[in-house]
Amino acid sequence: MSTVTMLMQLGKGMISTAEIFFLTLLFSLPLGLVIAFGRMSKRGLVRGISKFYISIMRGTPLMLQLLVVYFAPYYLFGLNLRGYRFPAIILAFSINYAAYFAEIYRGGIESMAIGQYEAAKVLGYNRAQTFFKIILPQVIKRILPAITNETITLVKDTSLAFVLAQAEMFTMAKQIAAKDTSMVPLMVAGLFYYIFNLVVAFVMERIEKAMNYYR
Amino acid sequence: MEKEKKVLLEINHMRKSFDGLDVIRDISLSVREGEVISIIGPSGSGKSTLLRCATMLEKMEGGELIYLGEKAAWEENGKCVYAGKSKMKDIRKNFGLVFQNFNLFPHYSVMKNIIDAPVSVDGVPKKEAKERAEKLLLQLGLSDKADAYPYQLSGGQQQRVSIARALALQPKILFFDEPTSALDPELTGEVLKVIKELAKEHMTMIIVTHEMQFARELSDRIIFMEQGVIQAQGTPEEIFASDQDRVREFIGKFQS
Ligand SMILES: Nc1ncnc2c1ncn2[C@@H]1O[C@H](COP(=O)(O)OP(=O)(O)O)[C@@H](O)[C@H]1O
Ligand SMILES: [Mg+2]
Repeated sequence: MSTVTMLMQLGKGMISTAEIFFLTLLFSLPLGLVIAFGRMSKRGLVRGISKFYISIMRGTPLMLQLLVVYFAPYYLFGLNLRGYRFPAIILAFSINYAAYFAEIYRGGIESMAIGQYEAAKVLGYNRAQTFFKIILPQVIKRILPAITNETITLVKDTSLAFVLAQAEMFTMAKQIAAKDTSMVPLMVAGLFYYIFNLVVAFVMERIEKAMNYYR
Repeated sequence: MEKEKKVLLEINHMRKSFDGLDVIRDISLSVREGEVISIIGPSGSGKSTLLRCATMLEKMEGGELIYLGEKAAWEENGKCVYAGKSKMKDIRKNFGLVFQNFNLFPHYSVMKNIIDAPVSVDGVPKKEAKERAEKLLLQLGLSDKADAYPYQLSGGQQQRVSIARALALQPKILFFDEPTSALDPELTGEVLKVIKELAKEHMTMIIVTHEMQFARELSDRIIFMEQGVIQAQGTPEEIFASDQDRVREFIGKFQS
């Protein structure tokens, strides 16, 4: 296979990788916040369920979760869903990453001084205003380094989608490498992941800098 | 004789305990318009808890809390119940609280700290809120700090901003919980001066403080608290000439 064809194919795989990455962030970041609320709920049952959910998601391999999410509709309900592969991947990644993000949010929220809540309360802010105007912006600043770590891990984890034969970059690289009996496609894919993560790190650093206007 | 001033706050038989420890034991107190009341007493005597119950940061276990004739909390079948949400919102507008450690919002500029609550809680138009804030900043000597962030200010400046933030909502009563205790000694003066100026303008204030000289000069009434009760109260002259041993002993500690 010519180098150009190889790069074209890996490039296509890269697009799929990027899709998994962005869609996972899009869904898991808000979902993580919801789960964090569950984890800190006053109701013991809600708290228990959230805690159990998080422990399952963090305690079992993401690769296994991908397989379960993909095959569950068939084995549980006999459903043969067309075009379910990609949604299954996004679903599995999102619910997995949401669990990690939930714990990060929780740590951030619990680290906030009670005085911020009390000041807001005396000033008349309602609960939603207090959370979204006063607490969350400060929490985001605090947890940004941890979010950056997870995000970088996610870039690499997207390669796990190969278990469902999704044509993302790692799957493509593996196929070409097998066909051409060459290491080069794998090395090039590695380089692509690395560059992707350089960009991610750069963007996150910019966001962190932008939030440095206060302490 | 001068007509009796309106009662702004009435506390009747307030009780509060933490894990079985009675921290407030049957405190009653009424505050009239324009009055400046200082609360003194040893650490752990329940002064902060009294303010926190009065400002509804803490729930009382018994007694009544009445702001301008409106009941915020009362007793029913031996339990303390609070007014509903919307009524509570109105009642809260009557008072402000200045914390010992300021509790400014670090991600907001000084200006935003002051105008955000009036705008997003009271619906004051932004322009008007800003004008109000500028007046307050001028009055508190902070005109050049409008765009600064709290971390860029000294403790004394931060405390003055937090006073401005409370005043921006135009409360009828302002509570202070040891407003100078977190400050370096050389910075307490600027905050005490601001509070004195508010007293001259007849702002109704309830101030927990360890600054005896300040309390003496400023207060219409001084309350001495100990172990969750009001042990003594009276004009500064009366309190400073008290014949109660505990009061004399306590005040004596601060006069050396
Ligand atoms: N949230 C709380 N939980 C348990 N105990 C508390 C709490 N707040 C205050 N206390 C206790 O109540 C007593 C009175 O405290 P406080 O009102 O802060 O006194 P002061 O302000 O006069 O120093 C102290 O013994 C204190 O330990
Ligand atoms: Mg105190």
